[in-house]
Amino acid sequence: MLRSRFDVRAQPGFGLVTLFTFFALYLPIGALVIYSFNGADSLSRWDGFSTRWFVTAWQNAAVQDAAMRSLIIAIWAAFLATVAATMAALATTRTEPYRGLTFKYALINQPLMVPEIVTAVALLIVFSRIKVWTGYSGLGYLIAAHTAFCIPFAYLPIRARLESMDLTLERAAADLYATPWMTFRHVTLPLLRPAVIAGFMLAFVISLDDVVITEFVKSGGQDTLPTYMLGQLRRETSPEINAIATVFLALSTALVVIFFFINRKQATERN
Amino acid sequence: MNGAQQAALAARKKDIRSRWLLSTPALAIIFFAAVGPLFVMLLYSFMAKGDYGDVRFGEFSLDGWTSVFFQRDIFDDTLGFADAHLSIIWRSIQLSFFTTLLTLLLGFPTAYFIATRPPHTREIWVFLVTIPFWTNLLIRTFAMQQVIRNEGLLNNALIWLGVIKSPLQIMYTDTANLLGMTYVYLPLMVLPLYASIEKLDFRLVEAGYDLYATRFQVLRRIVIPLVKPGLVAGSILVFIPSLGAYVIPRVLGGGKNMMLGNLIEMQFGSGRNWPLGAAMSITLMALVMVALIVYVRNASRGGAGHA
Repeated sequence: MLRSRFDVRAQPGFGLVTLFTFFALYLPIGALVIYSFNGADSLSRWDGFSTRWFVTAWQNAAVQDAAMRSLIIAIWAAFLATVAATMAALATTRTEPYRGLTFKYALINQPLMVPEIVTAVALLIVFSRIKVWTGYSGLGYLIAAHTAFCIPFAYLPIRARLESMDLTLERAAADLYATPWMTFRHVTLPLLRPAVIAGFMLAFVISLDDVVITEFVKSGGQDTLPTYMLGQLRRETSPEINAIATVFLALSTALVVIFFFINRKQATERN
Repeated sequence: MNGAQQAALAARKKDIRSRWLLSTPALAIIFFAAVGPLFVMLLYSFMAKGDYGDVRFGEFSLDGWTSVFFQRDIFDDTLGFADAHLSIIWRSIQLSFFTTLLTLLLGFPTAYFIATRPPHTREIWVFLVTIPFWTNLLIRTFAMQQVIRNEGLLNNALIWLGVIKSPLQIMYTDTANLLGMTYVYLPLMVLPLYASIEKLDFRLVEAGYDLYATRFQVLRRIVIPLVKPGLVAGSILVFIPSLGAYVIPRVLGGGKNMMLGNLIEMQFGSGRNWPLGAAMSITLMALVMVALIVYVRNASRGGAGHA
């Protein structure tokens, strides 16, 4: 047998660890999906393939309600976060460095640095006070909280895109007497669109996934899908939760796949 | 001052105004629903506790802070260490440390392996790491439960293989917490590590081999020092959320294996001691800050020589 050429990049055993890592990453998710097709009444035994728990979950009014609420909050939060983040990204890239810029960066990324549970209880303190003062207990608190922690996620791809964009077109527009607004509307925004879509989708997935902050901020009867599932886990877990989790999983995977392809398209366009 | 200067000055003023106007919505939302509440919480930690949660306004008290670490004995009214709190804080620190270590042991070889694949395959490997990362944390925690519960995959497999006779109790132990956190935070270690290994100049590795270094020496003396920024970033990204973990210990650890996050929740729920909960939250933030400072110091010290 021919001795293979010495590969400077290879490290012995790393391939095996990688294999184990991917096995470990996908085994639990795989198990969850498989168990969700269990026909039995409990998780303890396997009773043949069945989709009955998907049907049960679909017809469960509490689940429908929570899913609807999750969607409404995620759409609002992602929309507001994307608009605010796009504006902030313009303010932090289309300008000379100035005093206060570092401070702005720190503030915009702050939600990433503080443990979620801390933000959650801090919001509980403030919002419960505002609830007493104003008597308002709608979805506004949840949307505000979600918007805040979604902003850094929307901000990152948009800023990255703005920084890598060629300024000549914007300058040309300005030379042709376009107002800043016209330049933005007809030059910057079309070039920025993929990043804005990516930012919106990241924010949407992040909002959809949130458990901890929602759990503390929500008023009575304002369950989202994740907090509904968390509440159900207190009792004996039923295969119905598995079915809901599987659908949720499929949905967020689909979004991430779309995001991946948008990103890739953007990358190839740049080259 | 001539006209051109005046116009330049006016344009500059306009620029300053527009960049503040543009960033106002984002800053305002973050201030209202993220940063501001932290300051309110700081105030709350110095107030007297109310009878049904909340606080008694204007009544200053240090009870919240002292009861993080000390407790009054119900019999002789002496002050002793709050063993329950301290053991939970200590558990959080230990579990977060071991989680970081485990993710590092698995994540480093994985990131290295991916970074040394051909460019086109790399993208697919990274994508495969990303999917679990974007999957809902609660769902992943719940998925872990499917593996480690008594009738779960792991126990079934071990019994089937004849390794054990009766199922191992993993759920509701510290091991469950550790496995859950390692599973959930692993991508946070792999991704930054990958980013820095990908930039590694392999000519330096080759030079090492030319000078008769063994593979292990090359790894220890060349690769690891060069990818230290990624190593540090990954460790921070895993350690910080581990320290504040709430969902994982609640679902996998059960009541006996709480972490700091659950302890904080308890003070705002059944404990009805908001000043204590607020003080604990700030303690948690302080721990995070300490971890950050230690890591950043380490990084700048190690990184400077190679920059």
